[in-house]
Amino acid sequence: MSFMQAFLEALESLNGNKLRSGLTVLGIVIGVAAVIAMLAVGNGAQASITGSISSIGTNLLFVFSGGPEENQGGPPGRSGNNDRPLTIGDAEAISDSFAAPSVELVAPVIQGNSGLSFSGENTTTSISGVTPSYFTVRNIELAEGEPINEEHLLGRMSVVILGPETATTLFGHADGIIGETIRIEGQPFRVIGVTVPKGGGAFGSEDNAAYIPFTTAQARLIKRANRDQVDVIFVQATTAEAVPQAAEEISNIIRTRHRTPIGVDDFTVFTQQDFLSTFATITGVLTIFLGGIAGISLLVGGIGIMNIMLVSVTERTKEIGLRKALGARKKDILLQFLTESSLLSFIGGVIGVMFGWLIAFIVGQVAAATGNNFNPIVGMDAILLSTSFSAVIGLFFGIYPASRAANLEPVEALRYE
Amino acid sequence: MDWVIEARDLVKTYKMGEIEVNALRGVSFKIERGEVVSIMGPSGSGKSTMMNTLGCLDRPTSGEYILDGESVAEMNDDQLASVRNRKVGFVFQSFNLLSRLTALGNVELPLRYAGLTEGRKDRARAALEAVGLGDRMTHRPYELSGGQQQRVAVARALVNNPAIIMADEPTGNLDSKVGKEIMNLLLNLNKDLGTTLIIVTHDPKIAEQTGRVIRLRDGELDPESDQHKGERS
Repeated sequence: MSFMQAFLEALESLNGNKLRSGLTVLGIVIGVAAVIAMLAVGNGAQASITGSISSIGTNLLFVFSGGPEENQGGPPGRSGNNDRPLTIGDAEAISDSFAAPSVELVAPVIQGNSGLSFSGENTTTSISGVTPSYFTVRNIELAEGEPINEEHLLGRMSVVILGPETATTLFGHADGIIGETIRIEGQPFRVIGVTVPKGGGAFGSEDNAAYIPFTTAQARLIKRANRDQVDVIFVQATTAEAVPQAAEEISNIIRTRHRTPIGVDDFTVFTQQDFLSTFATITGVLTIFLGGIAGISLLVGGIGIMNIMLVSVTERTKEIGLRKALGARKKDILLQFLTESSLLSFIGGVIGVMFGWLIAFIVGQVAAATGNNFNPIVGMDAILLSTSFSAVIGLFFGIYPASRAANLEPVEALRYE
Repeated sequence: MDWVIEARDLVKTYKMGEIEVNALRGVSFKIERGEVVSIMGPSGSGKSTMMNTLGCLDRPTSGEYILDGESVAEMNDDQLASVRNRKVGFVFQSFNLLSRLTALGNVELPLRYAGLTEGRKDRARAALEAVGLGDRMTHRPYELSGGQQQRVAVARALVNNPAIIMADEPTGNLDSKVGKEIMNLLLNLNKDLGTTLIIVTHDPKIAEQTGRVIRLRDGELDPESDQHKGERS
C-alpha cells in the first residue's frame, strides 16, 4: 500500500468516528495552543522590556552606591553599611575629560519622595534634585517653560519642573501653569516647566515626577548623612560603542577616590547592556518555564492518543484479522495505525497553532485596551517546534498500539468477537 | 495430475498451558485443480485448524503443505501474507466486510495489498459484475441485504484470481433460499473460471452439492469418507 492510500484510509477511518477523533485531537489542540500562546507571551514580554530599556538611550550608564550582589558579605569586617557613598566630588571627577575621555555628560541625582500641594490638591511623588545636564542625559524634553540652569543651581532657587501627570493631578491640566507656585513639604516652589509625556518606563513613570535644582534639594528637601552625597550618577558616554570603555574609566576613577582594592568595589556601574541581559535572562527563564508547563499538557495529549489508539486496535481486531487474511503484511497494518495516530496529532497541531495564535492575539488586544505596550509574538520557531513535537508525539505514542495491531495472529484476530 | 493442494502428514499441536492439544494428527491428501471439495466434521474434529492451515492463515507444526507449487509450511509471516493475497480467496460465514468502505472499496482491498496501483477499480468492477452486483457498487454494507453482502465477499475472494477459494460456512448466516443462490454462484464460478473451491461446512445438504467430501474425526482423516465422486455435470 502506498503512503497516499494509507493517508486516505486513515482519514476515512477517523472520519468514521468523528466524536472520538475530535475528543482525542482536543488534547493535542490544547497542548499545542498552550505552547504557542505561552511562548508568544514570553517573547512579547521580552520584546516589551527590551524596547523600554532601549528607549532610555543606548549610551547611558548608571553608577550606584554599593557593590555588586556577589560581593556582598565578601571579606570579613566589610559590609554594605561600610560602603562609602557616592558624592558630588565623584561626579565631578568622572566629568574630567582627561581621566574619562569616553564620558560625555555627568548628571548626579538625589531622589526622595515628597508631598506636593496646590490650592487644596495634594499628591506625593518622587522628587529628583538634578543638574542642567540631567535633561540631556535622560533625554527628557520640556513641553513648555525652561530647563533648570546654572543660575538656579548657584542660587539654590525654589523652582520646579513637573511631569505632566503630576501637573494634571495638581492643576487639572498640564499646560499654562508656568509661573504658578506650588508647595513641596510646605515650602513654596515656582513652576518653571512641564516635561513631554513619555509613558511608562522600566523605572516607573517619568511623567509622575518633579525635578528641582540639585543644590536646592541638597540644602532644603532631601537630607542625607553626608552633605555631598548623591544617590545615582547618570553618565552619558560619547557614543554607544564607548559605553564599556566609559564604564571602565568610571570604575577606575571611583576606585581611586574610594581607595577600594579591585574586586571589592563599593559601587556599581550598570550599563544598559547589563539591564538588557538581566531582563533577557529573567524573561528567558519565564518563557522556558511557561513553555515547559505547556509541553506537559502536550505530553498528556499524546497519552490520550495512545489510549484511544489502543481502544481502537482492540475494537478493530476483527478488521485487522480480515486485512491480514486478504494479504496485509505487518508493515501494512503498522503503517495504517501509525498514519492514523500521526494524522490525529498533526490535525491537532494545526488547529492548536491557530488556536494559540488566537489566544496570543486576544492577549495582545486586551493589553492594548488597557494601555499596556505589550505585544505577544508568535514566532515561526514556536510553530515549527510545537507542530513537529506533536507529530513526534503522535508517532511515538502510536508505535505501541500499531505494533500490537501488526503482531496480531490472523487466526486469533479473525475469531475475535 | 495437476494438484493445487498437496498435504503430507500435517500435524498441528496447540499448547494450552501445560496441556498439548493435537488438533491435526498427520493428515495427508491432495486436491486437483478445479475440484469442488467440502470439509466436514463435528466440532473439535480439527475442521477449523484444517481450514486455517489450507488458507495459509497458520503454519502446521510439522508436515508438508504445497499450495499451487509453493511450499508453505516453512514460510514467515510476510511470505504467508503474500501467498494468501495471491493464491487464496476467503468467504466467511459473517461476510466480514468493512462497513466504512463501499462494495467497490471492499472488493478493491486485496488489490491494494497486492500493490496494484493501476486498473484496480476496473478489476473490482468486473468482479462485482461477475457476482451480479453491477448496480450496487457504491453501496455500503449496511445498505445491502445479507445475500448481497455475501456476494460482495465472493467478489472480493475472486478479484485476485486465486488458486483456491476457501469458504467457511458461506451460507450459515443466510436463509435457505438465499443460501442456495450463494451456493449456485460459487459452483458456477467454479465451472466458469475453474477456481478450486473448498467449503468448510457441517451442513450435509451443502456437502451433497460438492464433488468430494473430506471428513475429519479427532484430527484425523476418515479414509472411507473421502470419496472421489468426480466432476458433476
